Amino acid sequence: MNNPANTKKNRIIRFQTGLAESGQTTFNGLRNTRGLDSAATIFISVLGWTAIFVLIGIAAFLIQSSLRAFDEVGIWSMIAGSGWFPTSSNARYGFLPAQVGSIWVTTVALSACVPIGVLSAVYLSEFASKRFREAAKTVIEFMVTIPSVVFGLIGLAVLVPLIRQHLPVDSGLVALTAGLVVGIVCLPTIISISEDALRSVPSELRQGSFALGNTRWQTAYKVILPAASSGVFAAVMLGMGRAIGETMVVLMLAGNAGIIPASPLEAARTMTGTIAQETGEVVRGSVHFSVLFTLGLVLFVITFAINLFADMILERSRKKWRR
Amino acid sequence: MSGSKRKEVITFSDYDSRGARRVEAIVRTFTMIVTIAMMTLVLFLLAYLFVRGVGSINWQFLSDIPRDRMTGGGIWPAIAGTLWLIALVSAFALPIGIATGIYLAEIAKPSRPVRVLRVAIANMAGVPSVVYGLFGFAAFSLALGFGKSLLAMGLTLACVTLPVVITATEEALKQIPNEQRQAAMALGCTRARTLGKVILPTALPGILTGAILGLSRAAGETAPILFTGVAFFAPVATDVMQPSMALPYHLYIMATQPTTPAPHIVWGTALVLTGMLSITNAAIATWRSAKRRKLQW
Amino acid sequence: MVTSPAKTDLPSKKDRAGRFVLEDVSVSYGNEKALEAVSFYIEPHKVTAMIGPSGCGKSTLLRCLNRMNDAIDNVKVGGKIMLNDKDIYQKAVDPVSLRMYVGQVFQRPNPFPLSIYDNVAFGPRTQGIRKKAELDQIVEDSLKKAAIFDEVKKSLKKHAFELSGGQQQRLCIARALATKPGVLLMDEPCSALDPISTGMIEETVQQLKESMTVVMVTHNMQQAARVSDTTVFLLRESMEEPAGLVEVAETSTLFTAPRDKRTENYITGRFG
Repeated sequence: MNNPANTKKNRIIRFQTGLAESGQTTFNGLRNTRGLDSAATIFISVLGWTAIFVLIGIAAFLIQSSLRAFDEVGIWSMIAGSGWFPTSSNARYGFLPAQVGSIWVTTVALSACVPIGVLSAVYLSEFASKRFREAAKTVIEFMVTIPSVVFGLIGLAVLVPLIRQHLPVDSGLVALTAGLVVGIVCLPTIISISEDALRSVPSELRQGSFALGNTRWQTAYKVILPAASSGVFAAVMLGMGRAIGETMVVLMLAGNAGIIPASPLEAARTMTGTIAQETGEVVRGSVHFSVLFTLGLVLFVITFAINLFADMILERSRKKWRR
Repeated sequence: MSGSKRKEVITFSDYDSRGARRVEAIVRTFTMIVTIAMMTLVLFLLAYLFVRGVGSINWQFLSDIPRDRMTGGGIWPAIAGTLWLIALVSAFALPIGIATGIYLAEIAKPSRPVRVLRVAIANMAGVPSVVYGLFGFAAFSLALGFGKSLLAMGLTLACVTLPVVITATEEALKQIPNEQRQAAMALGCTRARTLGKVILPTALPGILTGAILGLSRAAGETAPILFTGVAFFAPVATDVMQPSMALPYHLYIMATQPTTPAPHIVWGTALVLTGMLSITNAAIATWRSAKRRKLQW
Repeated sequence: MVTSPAKTDLPSKKDRAGRFVLEDVSVSYGNEKALEAVSFYIEPHKVTAMIGPSGCGKSTLLRCLNRMNDAIDNVKVGGKIMLNDKDIYQKAVDPVSLRMYVGQVFQRPNPFPLSIYDNVAFGPRTQGIRKKAELDQIVEDSLKKAAIFDEVKKSLKKHAFELSGGQQQRLCIARALATKPGVLLMDEPCSALDPISTGMIEETVQQLKESMTVVMVTHNMQQAARVSDTTVFLLRESMEEPAGLVEVAETSTLFTAPRDKRTENYITGRFG
């Protein structure tokens, strides 16, 4: 064991003698592949970590660009400020109109898509035949590929006239319209994640319940839904994150009024819509510019918190079945 | 299926399950109606899009530049811009995304930093696209000085696409049974060789599907390019430092023009964009399921 | 080979043990026949063991007896399976009431993610029993019959996942017993368990046959010899043809003086 080569760096243990006596030991007398292997591994590992810099970069640039607004306007008067008049001579930068608008749109979206999404997921995982499930999955995958701006367009053409005709509103461009379409955009997220959660409950539990004389529905609500509840909840959270972050649909359909909307039947602006509409037009480096980045930061923090929470729940529920 | 109300029911225990089965039938029907309604809605939207848009599609629409103050002519610069963006996103997001997926599935050992990386990637997918737009504007357009250009747009969209590609790659690799890896190792393959000769070829359909899904998401995004270089009108770009038109933005801006509406251009653009993405995705899905049938574990 | 069973009395209110008669039963998955021409009968108050090499269709056959195969798409069952003189695959049969009467214990313990008490009370609650005192009584009786009461009586509110594998399996037996079945199907109930737990479950099975009929699938011949009264030997001789029945006999006879050469080969370990 007095081999000088026995350092940590090239400790290669030999199981056969007589092969490749000189230089580094290989077991088959062929080209030593260790160097290549570790080079590839290191290369991939380095690339693998670049993703995290994007996330750090997002946070860093948002914070850096917000500093001026923090300084000159103050965080509290933005987050709790009720007036959004960025271009008047006595400019006010209150986020409340946008935050309340986002809340209305998200509430409408979730109340439309959570019941539909969860019921569909229950049908697909507990009742549907294999072929029906495949067909539905194809349609859902299809839905994901439709850009949100196309949903916005169809909302303009179909839903806006309907809302204007049947509800007491001046124009169809209100939070309700935007919320309903955002709900459709969020449906695939909610369906596929809750269906995954339901199906990841081991089939042995289903069998056990059937063998006790339970119908499929009794099994679903007594065994499967409680067992998968955290996953379904996470699906709703992720859907909520998407709804808050959806931009183009609200930009096209919510009406973009600057006041705090009292109900979903009023025109509203959301956080995303405000950023999308105004960032392209403001003077770079101005207070207004910096305020828009602060609004982006608020949005980032909210969605990040929601996603982190959902991720933790999902991870916990995945572990539950790893027996 | 099983007996109607009048029919005699054969039972084996005192328990009368008719009530429970009736409830089951009701729930089953109800949830089925909800699901079918949802699917019908999607198909209706697509049909609607097709009917409104198909009249605008002709060779001139696809190959000409916009004319008559954007109310006539074609949308070729927007199509070309979107193709440019797809190429740029592929160049940036695919290598990094696939490498990260491989790293997470094959190389990384469970540890705290790797857990943080995973959480970060899961959360990147949830960051609103308009926030990516702000980031791209600040980082690529301003800090790196790319200005309003295809390059800045491509980099921003690449960041949006990254988590999709990473997750798809990782999932595809995880599908491969461990026995395959062990078999290759037992034949004396190094990890790199196992990966290159056994794992990646088998996982390729899954990885490609994820990549295409990510690219088509990028192609349909509007918010991330709003501030980084998309133009209301620009000629077809000849290099990556020029601003450019893009289909989703063209659709958005034409649909929300307060004056001089041009509905045939709006619906035509919508159909071209959706058709492009749908056909690509349908093709990749067919290819994948054909491959998958061959590779059944 | 199989003679029609002697006319036994149908189960009365007091004696619920069931009796199966299988006539020319076949099972196919899609286009592939898995099992063909199986005929034998299962006597009440007896433990019937089904043995055979893996892939011989013994679990498949077991799952036909309470129509658990209904849950799998495209499984077709041919022939006749009579339970207490009623064909269980007849259209008019209520499969739910069938499963209330024919309980099943699975290969791997599969308690629900609920407390011990709620697991056992699960079936009775489905039957509409709500009274606390009545449920308490059923839970206690079932746990006692499954020989696990003493271990868990102080912690009935504990989550079932906190039990050991052997305890979980006995809990699952208790859960199946709580619906007061007349037949208990056991699909390799000990294959995931340690020898001590296996011994406890085998003892339980011996006691259970006083009040019901037990059908057990096992790949372990010693276990079949230890616990069963009747043994059924199934075999799939080649991949091209479906599995079939080779021999049914009293366990002591089958293991000491098998009639069929293939049975002898199997029990002496020459194949399988």
